[in-house]
Amino acid sequence: MPDTKHILVAVVEDKPGVLTRVASLFRRRGFNIQSLAVGHSEQPGLSRMTIVVSGDSAVVEQVRKQLDKLINVMRVSDITEGDIVARELSLIKVKATTSTRNEIIQIVDVFRANVIDVASDSLTVEVTGDENKVSSLFELLRGFGIKEMARTGTVALTRGGFS
Amino acid sequence: MKKTGAQILCESLIREGVEVIFGMLGGAILPIYDAFSQYPQIRRILVRHEQAAAHAADAYARATHKVGVCVATSGPGATNLVTGIANAYMDSSSMVAITGQVARPFIGKDAFQETDITGITLPITKHNYFVSDTTELAKTIKEAFYIASTRRPGPVLIDIPRDVQQEEVEFIYPEKIDLPGYKFVSRGHSVQIKRATKLINEAERPVIIAGRGVIVSQAYAELQELAEKAQIPVVNTLLGIGSFPGQHILNFGMMGMHGMAYANMAVQHADLIIAVGMRFDDRATGNTKGFAPHAQIIHIDIDPAEIGKNIPVDVPIVGDVKSVVKAINRETKHGQHLDWLSQLDQWRQEHPSLEAGENRALLPQYVIRQIYEATQGDATVVTGIGQNQMWAAQHFVYTKPNSLISSGGLGTMGFELPAAIGAKVGRPEDVVWCIAGDGGLQMTIQELATIAQENLAIKIAIINNGFLGMVRQWQELFYGRRYVDTKLWNPDFTKIAEAYSIPGVRVNHREEITPAIQKAMDHSGSFLIDFVVEPEENVYPMVPPGESLSQILQVPKTEVASSC
Repeated sequence: MPDTKHILVAVVEDKPGVLTRVASLFRRRGFNIQSLAVGHSEQPGLSRMTIVVSGDSAVVEQVRKQLDKLINVMRVSDITEGDIVARELSLIKVKATTSTRNEIIQIVDVFRANVIDVASDSLTVEVTGDENKVSSLFELLRGFGIKEMARTGTVALTRGGFS
Repeated sequence: MKKTGAQILCESLIREGVEVIFGMLGGAILPIYDAFSQYPQIRRILVRHEQAAAHAADAYARATHKVGVCVATSGPGATNLVTGIANAYMDSSSMVAITGQVARPFIGKDAFQETDITGITLPITKHNYFVSDTTELAKTIKEAFYIASTRRPGPVLIDIPRDVQQEEVEFIYPEKIDLPGYKFVSRGHSVQIKRATKLINEAERPVIIAGRGVIVSQAYAELQELAEKAQIPVVNTLLGIGSFPGQHILNFGMMGMHGMAYANMAVQHADLIIAVGMRFDDRATGNTKGFAPHAQIIHIDIDPAEIGKNIPVDVPIVGDVKSVVKAINRETKHGQHLDWLSQLDQWRQEHPSLEAGENRALLPQYVIRQIYEATQGDATVVTGIGQNQMWAAQHFVYTKPNSLISSGGLGTMGFELPAAIGAKVGRPEDVVWCIAGDGGLQMTIQELATIAQENLAIKIAIINNGFLGMVRQWQELFYGRRYVDTKLWNPDFTKIAEAYSIPGVRVNHREEITPAIQKAMDHSGSFLIDFVVEPEENVYPMVPPGESLSQILQVPKTEVASSC
């Protein structure tokens, strides 16, 4: 079975050590995390983790089951196949000179991204979108010289209803 | 009413039905030990090393179906528990480990005897707790016992800072448990049960593989009903020994690396495997690529993560073994499988398990067989790891349910003696035989002092071949007979026992075996027999590591045992 990218959503108790438990599980069982984003959910006391993993479906199913065994994990679902909205945010600090600044801003506009900081030798760009959009913008800006970049990793929800 | 954390612990243990704890004290657990003086109804077994406390609690849990409790201080006390906790985790044993911790103001300061035991035991506990708020202590203990003993059992650790043990708070033991993340499926899915019964009713060459889940679930009667009703042969994993009567005509013995050849052949020729409460461990399955090539597989287990983990299955049934097998029995038709069973019987004739016969040498297999003859199976057998364990699994007939206690998943040398302590404390009426290796015994031999202090009657049989026997066997078979560091210089074990006020004999000749066993049985207290066996005897049959169960090594003609 081929490796594919899966998006798992775990609703977990907002308690000390829960992130360690999840991270430790991935390390111990040899599962690879591509990205992990965690923050408060709509319910007090519960956090939502969005975990992007790659593997064949048997491996990912094993990840899901092992996560579900953790006492602090309320529920886990693999929403990859579902109708979902998935976004990540990235901050990219790109080198800019007087001659390149306008060109960079044009590219940023095409991506409906924002310039959030301007310095004499750089621009900092904020972009939100799915992983492809963020990566495409990064590739285009790479030619100007990337000084720094930070990505949040994917967060995702199913459309309508409940996950 | 206000109570200290230490008193709350004791009160809570009593409410959880705890009768005995195995422990070793130190500074950070002293308030708890001090409180024990007010609660004499909790029996304390003082061990000589914390590893022994964990193994004893683990074996106590296996022997009694209760939760085993071990107690240790912070730092080295806690880290010494780690091997025993890992052992309990691998074999799904219900255990609660309680560790003292440095007082809260010292946490994270690298204080004297501070260690992050919750961090260390994260991957080897079912769950663990650090108690930072004394008002949470009672609730934590209740949850810990519930988690340790329900669903798939496992060890739970509670780390309690010294000042939490001393702090006084209002004590209310919670009545309810609120664990929304602890999900529970006990009844199997009805559609899967229907599919399973259809396969069982249609199968021509079915085999049941019974694992420790049958014992945990105490589904002995249900399993026997299934086997007898549909006339299905039963093979066991190592930890499944004792789930189905050893003398039963449908019992075809242990499968796996050192399983009976006919048990492995049954699996390899089956058209249907009914795996009951087992997890397809690699020592049981051999190379999974060649495992049961002609069979559809029904897998019944309470842990959904075990299903499909090592072996793809056709019918997954998540649920408690007892309730699932009961449901299957209702729809299973009476079967015959005469051809299949006679084929298996023929294989059993052609590949008998080793019999020591008239060989004059002091063979370990014969020793085990004689212990069986002397007890007629009416004993609890606790083993070490390696050759002694495999011979004990092969040559003792486990007629009583749950009568073998052995370290399966972790394979922990030194398990035998402390585990025998836990088994004897849990089953005071039983004859407990500790089958020890000469290597493994020396890893926890200090527990002879615990046996003496507690006046426990444990019969210790050392299978003394002067080697780390199973490792030597691998060196012989797969490393060109280069015996690097497997030869052991051993002390006179009977003199060591004597120093602990435990009588013993050394047995060098075959004719001394039976009288020595009789002497041990007749003696009211503990007794040690040092069986000086053939040093280079091997465990056969053997499936070499990495091979499928079809690749069975039989006893070579040159082996001592082959003359029988």
